[in-house]
Amino acid sequence: MADQRPGAGTRIIRWIDHRLPFFAMMNHELYEYPTPRNLNYWWNFGSLAGFMLLVMIVTGIFLAMQYTPSASLAFDSVERIMRDVNYGWLIRYAHANGASMFFAIVYIHIFRGLYYGSYKAPRELLWILGVIILVLMIATAFMGYVLPWGQMSYWAATVITSLFSAIPVIGQSIVTFLWGGFTVGDPTLHRFYALHYLLPFIILAVVLLHLIALHRFGSNNPLGIDMKGQQDSIPFHPYYTIKDLFGLTVFLLIYAFFVFYAPNFLGNPDNYIPANPMQTPNHIVPEWYLLPYYAILRSITFSIFGIPAKLLGVLASFGSLFLLLIVPWLDSSPVRSSRFRPIYKWVFWLLVIDVLALGWVGANPPQGIVVTVGQIATFYYYLHFLILLPLLGKIERPHPLPASIAAAVLPGGSGMAAPASLRKS
Amino acid sequence: MGRKLAFGWLAAAAAALSLTVAASAARAQETPPLPHQQWSFDGVFGTYDIAALQRGFQVYKQICSACHPVKHLFFRDLAALDYTPDQIKALAASYKCTAGPNDQGQMYERPCLPSDPIPGPFPNDEAAKAANGGALPPDLSMVVKAREGGPDYVFAILNGFVPAPAGFHVVQGKYYNEYFPGHNISMPPPLSDGAVTFADGTKATVPQMAHDVVTFLSWAAEPNLDTRHRIGARVFLFLIVGVGIFYAAKRKIWAAVH
Ligand code: HEC
Ligand code: HEM
Repeated sequence: MADQRPGAGTRIIRWIDHRLPFFAMMNHELYEYPTPRNLNYWWNFGSLAGFMLLVMIVTGIFLAMQYTPSASLAFDSVERIMRDVNYGWLIRYAHANGASMFFAIVYIHIFRGLYYGSYKAPRELLWILGVIILVLMIATAFMGYVLPWGQMSYWAATVITSLFSAIPVIGQSIVTFLWGGFTVGDPTLHRFYALHYLLPFIILAVVLLHLIALHRFGSNNPLGIDMKGQQDSIPFHPYYTIKDLFGLTVFLLIYAFFVFYAPNFLGNPDNYIPANPMQTPNHIVPEWYLLPYYAILRSITFSIFGIPAKLLGVLASFGSLFLLLIVPWLDSSPVRSSRFRPIYKWVFWLLVIDVLALGWVGANPPQGIVVTVGQIATFYYYLHFLILLPLLGKIERPHPLPASIAAAVLPGGSGMAAPASLRKS
Repeated sequence: MGRKLAFGWLAAAAAALSLTVAASAARAQETPPLPHQQWSFDGVFGTYDIAALQRGFQVYKQICSACHPVKHLFFRDLAALDYTPDQIKALAASYKCTAGPNDQGQMYERPCLPSDPIPGPFPNDEAAKAANGGALPPDLSMVVKAREGGPDYVFAILNGFVPAPAGFHVVQGKYYNEYFPGHNISMPPPLSDGAVTFADGTKATVPQMAHDVVTFLSWAAEPNLDTRHRIGARVFLFLIVGVGIFYAAKRKIWAAVH
């Protein structure tokens, strides 16, 4: 004789939901949340980034239980984690390589947005929140890299904080203030540690805002046209939960490869030498994910209108990042997806090559051809955003947009056949 | 790192390819490219060769330890080289460690214990410099990870003491080394054929001793490599199965919408 009442679990959930509609919210945001049916694998990178943020916080907290943020003990405490703490090597390699994975994912996520025009109305704030996350990540990673207190930690901290001395009049005072002394030292390390612990939680908060903004209008999609009805969408769960899970496992294979088989490949050997203020390394290079900004910084070797080169370099470098904030208003094309933008599609790939070239420039000593390539690439970076983006919308003739997502991706399925050119991928 | 990073970026930026080749060629003029050696710990299934570790430790102990410390190693760590607890205890006891203060407030010397760090040759860096013509013999427990090229580099340094080319100025009190940046190294050639006698009968040639001591120093820098590789293999198997299952599930769930 079957009991017709709902089970105890269901009743508890109902009791809670009546008072705190948490489960209703989750149901709404995950199960009922309509998602375009045609998202490709580039749309996996958002959830991957969220996953990596959690990995960084969890591994970071475990590291923090063993790490000592003092100039005389920091290096040895990291080595103790590597040697004597149970699975300490695993936690530390997961954290150090996790930062690289996190950036790789977020950069792909950003270029995805640039290719499919995901920043365009009504998603401007969603995009801006993303750029803020990137800025916070850079700050977090920079300060994290200082913590092991190796040679590169120390000298990267010195080079980057010294940039603020380029600010006229008060620059030097700002640098002293940042350092908490007259060189990078113990007080610097302590405050960087405090901030390195804090910032990821601020990132987490901005990620929540990012998600709220996302769920307001839902995901963009490879066609860049809005969902117009039921036939265009599918519920997030189970379709995208399983696709994200599959993508996550593939990603974990790559991540695990680095952690277990090439844990120091992305790092700098100099950082296994304890920090030594008396000895400057031959080449001071940041981690790979900061190389393009570093390249722009060093590319400005001349002054303009009496503004010194150093200050211009700092402005150009920070500017390359903050420029992203106004991309929604720089791009004048009403069409989102590059699929329908015959010229922008190529210009996009030129930007990718440009940024990779900047990365290469940042990794090499600024001599000879490296400087020239850096200057051209920096110029092109600004040209892309300030000239090409506004101009292309005016001169480019976009391909006709399909009537709806369903019409384009369901072959004959909803009555309207899509032109053959749209069906590929 | 420059070269390695440049390489990674370049794989994608074909346009810059010719430039890197030019750049690394320019750097190669300084020191020749490192010859790659076979290491038992190379590759995905690599593990340390215990016999080589023991021979390498012997080379370190009898030769390098006159100048270089292994700051991050404790006697107890040597259990990984298959020494028995008694052997480790006896070995530790043959060194003197400073302990204290005792109830008189005095520091005192006592035989080392397995839980002590292996003492270095000098009480501090200044003493080490004073004894080595002003150059500091670096800590060897991290050196393999702290140099571009890792084990190949350290091996090359140990075998790189060749006669200086004609016209090259070797600084007074320094030695010519093919692979050392700038070629003037403050370390006298540490190895010579037959400098140690291996208990297992291995012939103590310079390349043999260098290979063994570098194996030992690689272990000293990365003692968890064996465990890491072993766990990694399991994680990979697990993930590959996971990829298969989730892919099948994805196909099945999506079959209805395509
Ligand atoms: C007589 C003292 C002495 C002995 C013995 C000695 N070294 Fe050195 N070693 C030095 C000094 C001094 C330096 C610093 C060289 C310099 O900076 O010019 C050095 C540097 C090194 C370096 C670092 C090179 C670099 O790239 O900075 C390595 C690696 C090294 N030694 C390995 C060994 C090994 C392995 C042994 C034992 C086989 C050994 N040394 C024996 C004195 C010694
Ligand atoms: C956005 C997330 C984060 C990023 C991008 C990040 C990045 C980094 C980086 C690049 C390092 C240097 C790793 C190395 O070379 O050794 C580092 C070290 C460290 N991080 Fe984080 N981190 C993040 C979150 C956290 C959190 C939340 C904590 C603590 C709760 C934390 C604690 C530490 C500690 C203690 C170290 C020093 C130990 C070490 O160097 O391995 N991190 N972090």
